[in-house]
Amino acid sequence: MTSRKTRQSYGVRSAPYGFLLPAGILFALFFALPIGYAVWLSLHKVEVKGLGLGRGARSEVWAGLANYTDALTDSELLHGALRILGYGAIVVPVMLGLALVFALMLDADRVRLAPFTRLAIFLPYAIPGVVAAMMWGFLYLPDVSPFYFVLDRLGLPQPDLLDGGPLYGAMANIAVWGGTGFNMIVIYTALRAIPAEVYEAARLDGCSQFQIALRVKIPMVAPSLVLTAFFSIIATLQVFNEPTTLKPLTNALSTTWSPLMGVYQDAFVKGDIYAAAATAVLIAVVTLVLSFGFLRAANSRTKQEEAR
Amino acid sequence: MPFTKQHRRLVATATAVVLGASALAACGSSDDSDTQDASGPANLTYWTWTPNMDKVVDLWNEGPGKKQQIKVTVKKQASGDTLVTKILTAHKAQKAPDLVQAEYQALPTLVSNDALADISGDAGDLKGKFADGIWQQATLGTDALYAIPQDSGPMMFYYRADLFKKYGLKVPGTWDEFAETARALKKKAPDKDLTTFSANDSGLFAGLAQQAGAKWWTASGDKWKVGIDDAATKKVADFWGGLVKEGAVDNQPMYTPAWNKALNTGKQIAWVSAVWAPGTLTTAAPDTKGKWAMAPLPQWDASSNATGSWGGSSTAVTTDSKHRAAAAKFAAWLNTDKAALTALAKESGIYPAATDAQLSGAFQEPPAYFSNQADFYPQAQKIAKTTAPAAWGPNVNVAYATFKDAFAAAAKNRSDFGAALTKMQDATVADMKKQGFEVAE
Repeated sequence: MTSRKTRQSYGVRSAPYGFLLPAGILFALFFALPIGYAVWLSLHKVEVKGLGLGRGARSEVWAGLANYTDALTDSELLHGALRILGYGAIVVPVMLGLALVFALMLDADRVRLAPFTRLAIFLPYAIPGVVAAMMWGFLYLPDVSPFYFVLDRLGLPQPDLLDGGPLYGAMANIAVWGGTGFNMIVIYTALRAIPAEVYEAARLDGCSQFQIALRVKIPMVAPSLVLTAFFSIIATLQVFNEPTTLKPLTNALSTTWSPLMGVYQDAFVKGDIYAAAATAVLIAVVTLVLSFGFLRAANSRTKQEEAR
Repeated sequence: MPFTKQHRRLVATATAVVLGASALAACGSSDDSDTQDASGPANLTYWTWTPNMDKVVDLWNEGPGKKQQIKVTVKKQASGDTLVTKILTAHKAQKAPDLVQAEYQALPTLVSNDALADISGDAGDLKGKFADGIWQQATLGTDALYAIPQDSGPMMFYYRADLFKKYGLKVPGTWDEFAETARALKKKAPDKDLTTFSANDSGLFAGLAQQAGAKWWTASGDKWKVGIDDAATKKVADFWGGLVKEGAVDNQPMYTPAWNKALNTGKQIAWVSAVWAPGTLTTAAPDTKGKWAMAPLPQWDASSNATGSWGGSSTAVTTDSKHRAAAAKFAAWLNTDKAALTALAKESGIYPAATDAQLSGAFQEPPAYFSNQADFYPQAQKIAKTTAPAAWGPNVNVAYATFKDAFAAAAKNRSDFGAALTKMQDATVADMKKQGFEVAE
C-alpha cells in the first residue's frame, strides 16, 4: 500500500502546477511569445547589398539599439507624442468630468426618465469608433455639414474645424461623445453600491443634495474615478481610429499624426517592421509607466487620506 | 543541381536588371528554359483584388485550363500596398501564392525582395501587345519579365463641357493654357475653381511627373540614382504650387464628401484624371451625367504628345510557385486572350493594358456617364498609346508616403511646393541608405 501513498502525495503536490498549466501555456503562446518576438524584431534590421536585387541581396542583421535611437531621435515621433498630449489634455478631463456629472445627476433623488437618459448617454459607446469618426468628420466638413448650413443662414462665423487648434477640439469631441457613456456607467454602478444608510446619516446631519454629492458620493466613488482615468489615459496614448479616419478629409492631419499612426506607416506602408517594432515597444513602455505611475500616485493618495 | 542552376539564373537576372536599366548592354538571360516546372497538372492560387475575378477565372478553369490540367483558385485580397506587405510576409515563410496582382510601382519592391519570378521564357512573346511605356514597367527596362500588364490608367483631362461653354473657356492644349483657363474662370466666377490640387493620392502626381519626362529611379552600375527632384518633376511641382499659391485652383483633398459635392454642383468644373474617371464620377457627381467631356491631357509644349499613367496593375508569378510555367501561361491568357479580356472588362470593369483589347466588344459604346461622347474609347486608345515610360524604384512606398504629408502641408499653407519635393527626395534617399542600398549622389 506504500506505493499508493506516494502516488497520492505526488499527485497532490503536482496538482497546482497541473491547474496552472493551461493558463501558463496560453500566457506563453499569446502574450510572452509575441512580445518577445516584437522585441527581437526591434533589435534587427534588413541590410541590402548594392542594388538590392536577386536572392541574397537582403539579409536580416543585428541592429543593436539602432532602431530605438532612431525612434527616440525622430522629431516626428516626438511631435506626435506632444500632439496626443494636447489631445489627451482635452479628452480625459472633459470626458471624466461629464461622466461624473451625468452619473451624479442620474443618481440624484426624484430624477425622471433615468433609464432612458442612461441608455441615451451610453448609446454612442455602442457605435464603432471608425463609424463615429466618419460621421463627425462629415459634420465637420463645411460643404456638406448641416451645422455650417445653419451658421451660414444665421450669418455667424464658420470656423474651420479640421485645421489648427480647433482640430484638437474636433477630434477630442469624437472621443468624448463616444466614451462618456461607458465611464458614466462605471461611476454610476459604483454610486448605486453605496449603502442607503450613509445618505440617511448625511441627511440627518443636515446635508443638502449638493453637499451629499460633493462630500459623500464623490469620495466614495474615487476608486472608480481612478479606474476610468486609467483606462482613458491608455486609450489616449493609443489614439488611432479618429485621426486615421479624419485624415483623408483634411490636409492638416499627417499620416504620422499620432505615434501609433507612425507605427502603422512604418509597418504597413514603408514595410519596415523592425522600426515599427521598436516604436511599438517604446509606446508600450511609456503606456505602462504612465498608467501605473498614475495608479500608484492615486493609491498613495487614498492611503494618505485613510491614515488621516 | 537544381539549386545552383536556379541560383545562377537569379544572379543572371539581377545582372540583367543592372545592365538593362543602365542601358549599357542587353544581356539575354532568360531563354534557358527551366524544366523543373513543366506546365500541368497544377493547382494554382491567385491573390487579387479585382472584383469578380473568380468569374473570369472560371472561364479558364472550364476552358483552356481544363485541357492543360491547370486549375486556378482565386483568393480575394485588399488592394495596393496592403497586399504588397502581405505578399512579402508570405514570401518570408516561402508560402507566397503562385500568382499575385501587383501595381506597376510595387514591382521593383517585390523584385528586390526576390518575390517575383522572371517569366520571360515562359510567357511567350507578348511585347507587341502593349504600349511601350506599359511594357517597360513590367520588365523594369531589362530583358527579364516580372509581370504581365493587366490594366492601365492613361491620364486624361475631364471637364464640364456645358460650363466651359457658359464661361467661354477653351479646352487647354498645354499646361500654360490650363493655368490661363484656371485664372480666366476665377475672374468670371470667383467662387468656382477649375480643379483642386490634392495630395491624398500620390499616383496622380507621379503620373503628371511621368508625363513631363521625370525619371525618379534609375540604376547605373551597382548604384541607384534617385531623381525625384529632377528638373521635370520640379517643373510639375512648381506649376501646381504656383496655381495653389495664387488661388487659381483649390487646395482641398479629393475623394471627400465635400469634393463630391463640388463636382456635383459645378463648383469644380474639371478634373485631371485617368481612363477610369467615368466610374468615379458616376458615384461622385451623379447629377451631372452627360455634361462632362474628355480630352487629352494638356502638354508641356504644343509639339509634344505624351500622357502619364495613374493606376493600373499587373499579374505576376512568385518565386515560391512550384509551377512557374503553368502560372505564366495562365497570366498570359488572362491578360491577352480576347475572351478573358472581354470578361475582365464586363465583369470587373477594368481598362485593359493590351492595346487591341482597348477597342474590343466591351468598348464599342462609350461609358454611360459619357453617352454624349461617342468616340470616348477610340480617343482613349489613342491617348493610351502615348503613355510615357515610368521609372520605379525599390522604395516607392516611402516616396509616396512622404509625398502625402509634405504636399498636404504645402497645399494647406499655400507654400513652396519645391521645398516639399526636396523633402520627398531626401526622405527617399535617406530610407534607401538606411536599408543599405548604394545611392549615387
